[in-house]
Amino acid sequence: MSFLILFLAGIAGGVFGGMGMGGGTVLIPLLTLGCGIAQKEAQAINLAAFLPMSAAALAVHARDGLLEKRGLLSLALPALAVSGLCSLGASFLPAAALRRAFGLFLIVLSVFQIHIFSEKRHRGRVFGKKFL
Amino acid sequence: MRNFGFLGGGLIGLANGLFGGGGGMIAVPVLRAQGRDARHAHAAAIAVMLPASALSAAVYALRGYLSLSLLLPVLLGAVAGGLLGARLLFLSSSKGAALLFSAVMLAAGVRMVLP
Repeated sequence: MSFLILFLAGIAGGVFGGMGMGGGTVLIPLLTLGCGIAQKEAQAINLAAFLPMSAAALAVHARDGLLEKRGLLSLALPALAVSGLCSLGASFLPAAALRRAFGLFLIVLSVFQIHIFSEKRHRGRVFGKKFL
Repeated sequence: MRNFGFLGGGLIGLANGLFGGGGGMIAVPVLRAQGRDARHAHAAAIAVMLPASALSAAVYALRGYLSLSLLLPVLLGAVAGGLLGARLLFLSSSKGAALLFSAVMLAAGVRMVLP
């Protein structure tokens, strides 16, 4: 797989991630369907690829006083524990099952998004703040 | 609300660990439901996702599924794209971008469900 194609896939995922629209949901299908990378490898790349960008964004948000810590740990700690356990479990599951489950997850998310969008209409909300 | 936080956190972790992504798509609505506005929810979502993603990436790596030669170009692209996306934030509130994003996700989802 050429460096350029992978770089472009990263850009596409990064653009959506930077816009706060879910970079991983874009990057994983691009890596699997577009680049022919195996499901588990694509999931691992996706998790790692957004770490530097997320760390930078988090630092900027914290500097701008957008990071309200109240109630955050009760969400972050179970997310951390369950994420660790589930990734360990996923590494033992067959790739085809993971791929189908991920496809189903994408379908549910997109229907959910369309539903939310049609409910709130266009209120000109900006998800996040221009931070660079 | 505390229980809701644990349940929401569990769901975020489930998506992030099992699917290797998409936890943020759950985190933002959960954080909004806890009374945060869009900007604060977005910032808090990153704070929730970052440690969970780092741990899960490490687990995948230890299990031998993280190829550094594939990761490097994607990571560099994600940084470049992220800088670009942050400047295109205004598009995320536009009807067209949201619908296009959902439609692409739906199509990719259907393709991945099929054998």
